[in-house]
Amino acid sequence: MTAAGFPLLQVNNLCKSYNSFQAVKCVSFELYPGEILGLLGPNGAGKTTIIHMLLGLTSPTSGEIRIFGLNPEKAREREKILSRMNFTSTYVAMPYSLTLRESLQVFARLYGVRKAKAKVDMLIEQFELKEVADRPVRTLSSGQMTKLNLAKAFVNDPDILLLDEPTASLDPDIADRTRKYLLEVKKNRKMAILYTSHNMQEMEEISDRLLFLHHGEIIARGTPQELIARFRGEDLEDVFLKVAREVRP
Amino acid sequence: MKWHRITAMFLRHIYLYRHSLTRLVEIFYWPLLDLLVWGFVSIYISRLSAEGKNTPNFLGIFLGALILWDILFRSQQGISVSFLEEVWARNFLNLFVSPLTIGEYLLSMMLVSIFKVVVVFLTSALLAWVLYSFNLFILGISLLPFVLNLVILGWAIGIFTTALILRFGQQAEVLAWGVAFLFQPVSAVFYPVSVLPQFLQKLAMFIPASYVFEGMRAVIFGQGISLEHLARALFLNLIYLGLSLLFFFRMFKSVRAKGLLARMGE
Repeated sequence: MTAAGFPLLQVNNLCKSYNSFQAVKCVSFELYPGEILGLLGPNGAGKTTIIHMLLGLTSPTSGEIRIFGLNPEKAREREKILSRMNFTSTYVAMPYSLTLRESLQVFARLYGVRKAKAKVDMLIEQFELKEVADRPVRTLSSGQMTKLNLAKAFVNDPDILLLDEPTASLDPDIADRTRKYLLEVKKNRKMAILYTSHNMQEMEEISDRLLFLHHGEIIARGTPQELIARFRGEDLEDVFLKVAREVRP
Repeated sequence: MKWHRITAMFLRHIYLYRHSLTRLVEIFYWPLLDLLVWGFVSIYISRLSAEGKNTPNFLGIFLGALILWDILFRSQQGISVSFLEEVWARNFLNLFVSPLTIGEYLLSMMLVSIFKVVVVFLTSALLAWVLYSFNLFILGISLLPFVLNLVILGWAIGIFTTALILRFGQQAEVLAWGVAFLFQPVSAVFYPVSVLPQFLQKLAMFIPASYVFEGMRAVIFGQGISLEHLARALFLNLIYLGLSLLFFFRMFKSVRAKGLLARMGE
């Protein structure tokens, strides 16, 4: 199901080159409210580079990004965009000497959250982190760390959430709960989520639409079922293997 | 004990030095700086005894210099080590994908460095008084411009160092501990500028800290401070701070284009 309405995020002919290497070859796509858009592709396909460009961490070589109609390349507009967006990745962590509660309080302030203390308490409750709330971050298990990262990602009630392999280090139980939570917030709050994962079952379950990236270009797009049919695969994993091994529809 | 395991670990570190210029340079860096600083201190003391002058207040000169030098060092570390803390904690990306601007980030680090300086300064001054009966506050009101100048120079060095770490990654993190000391021999911390060879004396004219330490000795010797020297130090400091900020913003733009900003945070 593709969500309706105006896109919150629009990408037109976005390219990124590092000298002669083209990491992203002029991709275009949109992200709508209440939609989970999955970015799929083998390692080095350009997924993370796209996310980094959307976050303003990497500057595009050419092309256009509009988020909430604003241009993230302009400093003032970037500030406005980032206050309504959030991000988490399995490859980032939180300040390890601070307690979990202190970490969330710092980010609540960074995002200018009103009634920050109440918000932090609510997130701790919501992500079932009460027992470890006053423990230093360095003592948390990888599952608790992921929950903390997700709690941080929700601290400003974002309209757009970018998630880079958020369940990569989680056991199946916590990964399943995380997916269910994301599906719930997407439905209830019309949140738009851009998601990357190498877990094909997860991508099939969670994504409304998928963009299949290979060598920096989008080679296919559609719902998981459409892609499975187009590549004549048994499931998304089968499609992924065919694409990674250079088979085109 | 197995020889192959010992040589494996030996090789592991030799490989490290082969691929890291900063680590290689560091081996020679500290001994060279120590040699320069203590060499000039020795010349200073020998000259005084050869000239048959009265022994100056060495306790005041050295302790005062040490405490003031630490102000510069802590001020620089307040910027560059605080930055490294975020890199080590892998929290760097979380900060730079929040609405936090670079200007706000740098300003907050300056506040951290002021906090560090105040704590270190008060603790050192108290310890110097308790342990050695040296009262740093004999420097009187002149302490304020001395400290202010050293803090600003520390910021300039810290911002410059952080920009280099941003560009060259964690292999450049030794700079956070080393760059400030590069200025120590020509800052005339423990000896007057006149002890330095001519070409280093000329270089010292461009180092704001040299005016502060010369001023400190003048106050201890009861000669008063030169306002012109302090103004010159402040002028140089403001230029260096401006240049370091410009360098930082340029580097930030460059690492964004090269995709290094994101790589540093993961």
